[in-house]
Amino acid sequence: MRNALSLLFIAGLAFLLFVITAGLDFGAAPMLVGQGINQASPGQVGAANIVTSVVLGYRALDTLGELAILFAAATAGGLMLGRPRADARHDPEAGFILLAAADLLFPLLLVVGLFIIVHGHLTPGGGFQGGVILAAAFFLPLLARPGTHFNHPGFAVVEGLAGAAFIVIGLLGLARGGEFLMPLLGQGAMGSLLSAGTLPLLYIAVGLKVGTELAGLMAHIAEYEAVDP
Amino acid sequence: MSPPDLGVILFTAAFGLAGIGILGIVISAHLVRIVLSIVLLETGANLLLMLSGFRFDAVAPVIVDGVVPASMVDPVPQALVLTAIVIGVAVQAFMMTLVLRLRRVYGTLDIRELRDLLERDLAREAGVGLPGSENAPVPATGSPAVARGEGSS
Repeated sequence: MRNALSLLFIAGLAFLLFVITAGLDFGAAPMLVGQGINQASPGQVGAANIVTSVVLGYRALDTLGELAILFAAATAGGLMLGRPRADARHDPEAGFILLAAADLLFPLLLVVGLFIIVHGHLTPGGGFQGGVILAAAFFLPLLARPGTHFNHPGFAVVEGLAGAAFIVIGLLGLARGGEFLMPLLGQGAMGSLLSAGTLPLLYIAVGLKVGTELAGLMAHIAEYEAVDP
Repeated sequence: MSPPDLGVILFTAAFGLAGIGILGIVISAHLVRIVLSIVLLETGANLLLMLSGFRFDAVAPVIVDGVVPASMVDPVPQALVLTAIVIGVAVQAFMMTLVLRLRRVYGTLDIRELRDLLERDLAREAGVGLPGSENAPVPATGSPAVARGEGSS
């Protein structure tokens, strides 16, 4: 009975939302900001990937806020699970397929992740996507061999330095250009690896931070356990 | 019968995903299933955001070989979704740590059992009796007030 009522409620909600969106003009977005950015961004920022110029140029402060959310989530996860699991050392190794795949995929994922991070201002991709691939690269060996210890301290250092680098680049923009996180260093030739000013540097910082943060968080979940209250 | 409009298909997918997510949150009793439902709901919301920037005969907002396309989709929703996905992953990981902790403390992930256990612990911490139902049968010995007083000690 309760399930049927819930189903009815969801169907009604979906129908209501559908009727509302049916009145909108699909495929002719009424938002002028996007059109303005599409026209102004190539000249203003110089990044071939306009999404990157939005993420790290026009909305860079928002990206900093999002990194703060990531950091808060990772910290909260660390607080919740406070004690290393005593039997973590004795977790059995994975089967042959996962072991072989982890060895094979680790360098591949590392290269792909770094490539996507470094080319974030040229092609679809960037620090967030590449960072998640980096995290997967570091987490896969841990899945295959749960007994080996994961290097938390080094990751924390890289994570902190990457976050600090993002803010320092922003402060440099404030000092030199007058606005926080303003792109510096000139635009360069659009489409070349060294272009779009400080945007590639910011994306490298974001990629390292996201990668180490997520890898550390997942390893923490795997290796630590909650303390009894 | 003509094939349905592209917009209808895409919006149905977005609302369908969000609807399945909400339905899962409402009717499942297991916390991990609720977390997975939240993931589905998030996917639907992200798809809806992407659709808000969609344009016919437009390409992705990437300039290839210095040629600026005549029409590009709105880059702002794409940037929003890009960040929303990563935040979503971090929040999911945090939800899983909370689930792990609940499992550790209470030994169950069924929300009905968890509700009873949490209510019991909250009542003990606050030093009050468990809230009794008005329709609960009155104990044979003593008044309901006495029975509630026993619960607090």
